[in-house]
Amino acid sequence: MSGYFTDIITGLKSLAVGLQITNKEFLTKPITLQYPHEAVKMTPRYRGHIELIKDPETGMNKCISCGMCEKGCPSGCITVKSEKRPGVKGKVLTAYILNFTTCSLCGQCVENCKPGAIGFSNEYNLASTRREDYIFDLLRKLHPEGIPEPEVDPELLKKELEKQEAAKQAAAAKKEPAKKAPAAEGGELKAEEKS
Amino acid sequence: MNELIRLLSYMIGIAAFLGLNLAYLGWVERKGAGHFQRRTGPKEVGPYGLLQPLADGLKLMSKQLIIPANADKALYMCAPILIMVPAVLLFVAIPFGEHLVPREFNFGLIMMFAFASVGGLSILIGGWGSGNKYSLIAGARAVSQNVAYEIPMLLTAINIVMITGSMDLNEIIRQQGSYFWNWNIFRLDKSVLMPVSFLVFFICSLAETNRTPFDMGECEGELVAGYHTEYGGMGFGLFMMAEYANLVIGCSLTTILFLGGWQSPIGIWPGPHWFLLKMYFLVWCFVWIRWTYPRTTFWGLLNLSWKYLIPFSLVNLLLTALFIKVF
Repeated sequence: MSGYFTDIITGLKSLAVGLQITNKEFLTKPITLQYPHEAVKMTPRYRGHIELIKDPETGMNKCISCGMCEKGCPSGCITVKSEKRPGVKGKVLTAYILNFTTCSLCGQCVENCKPGAIGFSNEYNLASTRREDYIFDLLRKLHPEGIPEPEVDPELLKKELEKQEAAKQAAAAKKEPAKKAPAAEGGELKAEEKS
Repeated sequence: MNELIRLLSYMIGIAAFLGLNLAYLGWVERKGAGHFQRRTGPKEVGPYGLLQPLADGLKLMSKQLIIPANADKALYMCAPILIMVPAVLLFVAIPFGEHLVPREFNFGLIMMFAFASVGGLSILIGGWGSGNKYSLIAGARAVSQNVAYEIPMLLTAINIVMITGSMDLNEIIRQQGSYFWNWNIFRLDKSVLMPVSFLVFFICSLAETNRTPFDMGECEGELVAGYHTEYGGMGFGLFMMAEYANLVIGCSLTTILFLGGWQSPIGIWPGPHWFLLKMYFLVWCFVWIRWTYPRTTFWGLLNLSWKYLIPFSLVNLLLTALFIKVF
C-alpha cells in the first residue's frame, strides 16, 4: 500500500509533462520540407555522382587523361576517351563516360585523381524511367553549351611540326639506304612481280 | 404526420452530422498527428488537405472485398455493420440543445451504456470471424479491456444519477446550472471527489473507444492491425468510422455528465454551440493524448483499471451517498 498515492501523483505529473511537450511541439512551425515545391539545400559534402571540375583560370577541365580513375574503379563504370591534338600539350579529353547504373559512389576515382579533376556533385535530383539516362558524359555535362576546343600553343605547334618534319626526314633518310640496298640486289624485279 | 417529418429530419440531420464528423475527424487526427510531430499532415488534396477524406473514401469504396479462405463468412461480413449500428443509434439519445434532442428518454443513460457495449462485442465477432490468430487475440484483448473499464465508468455514471436523481440525459444537463461552477465536475458540495470522478470517466471513455494509450485491440507492433487485420476496403473503412463515431459519443457523454452539455459556462446564450464546443475540445484532447503517450502494456492497462480506477470510483460512490444523506 505504501507508495500508492505517491505513484498516482508522480504518474499524473509525468503525464502532464508529456502533454506539455507535445503541445509545445504543436505550436512550433513544422520542419517538413515540401520537396517537389521546395528545393533541398545540399551540404557541400554531399556525395552525389562524380563530376569534372572546371578550372576557374582556363574554364576547361583539369583532366590529364591518365586513366587512373578508370583503372581504380571497382565497378568499372568509368570510360575515359582522349586523343592527341597538334599544338596541345598532353592528351585532350574527348569524352568522360560514367555509367551511373553501376556506380556505387565509393569515391575511389576521386581519391585516385592526381590533378583533382573530378569531385562529387551536389546533384540529388536523379529520376528517370530509362536506363540510358544514367550513362552520363561528364564532359558534356561540364560544358552543356558545347565542348570548347583546347587552345593551340603556336610555339608548341611549330616545335611539333619541326619535330615531325625532322622525324620524317630521319625516316626518309633511314629508308633511303634501305631502299637503295635491295634495289641493288634486284629491287626492280620485285616491283615487277608486285604489279 | 408531424411525427414522421420530425423523424425524417432527425435521421437526415444525424446522418449528415455523423458523416461530416467521421470524415473530418480523420482529417483532424491526421493534421493533429502531423503538427504534434512537427510535420504538416495532409495538404496536397485540396486546400489544407481538406478533400483528403473524400479521396480516402473513394479509395476505400473502390477496393475489392476479399474474404479470407478460412474466415467465418457470416460473422466476417456482419462485424463491420454491427460496430457501426450502435454508433449511429446512440445519437438518438444525445441532447445537442435543450430542444434539439432526437428522442428524450427517461432512461437515456442506460440506453447509452447498453448499446455502447455492443461495440465491444462486434470487435470480438470481427476478430473471431476473420479466422486469423492475430485478430482473435486482439478481439479477446478488446473485450477484456471493455469489461474492465465498463465497471468504473458505470460506477462513475451512478454518481451522476444519484446526484440528479434522473437517467434522462437532458434532465442531467438541466440540473447543472448555467454557470460553470454548477457543472457536475465542480459540484464539490455533492462529493469532494467529483473532479477525480471526471478524470476516471475520461480515462474510461479513452479505453472504451479503444484509443491510444489503450488501443490494445489494434496494436500494430504485435498484432499486425489487430481485429481488422483481415479487413480491406469499406469493411476496414467502417471500423475506422466507428472508431470516430465512438469518439464523438464518448466525448458527448462526458460533456453531458460532467461539463453541463448545452449549458453556458458564463450564463449567456445556452445552446448547441456550447455543447459542440465542449465536445470538440474533448475530442481534441483525445487526439492530443493519442499523439503524446505510447501504448500501455496489457498488464498495465488492467492494473490501472482494477487497482486505481475502480477503488477510486467506489470511494467516490460512498462519498456521494454520504454527502447526499448528510447535507
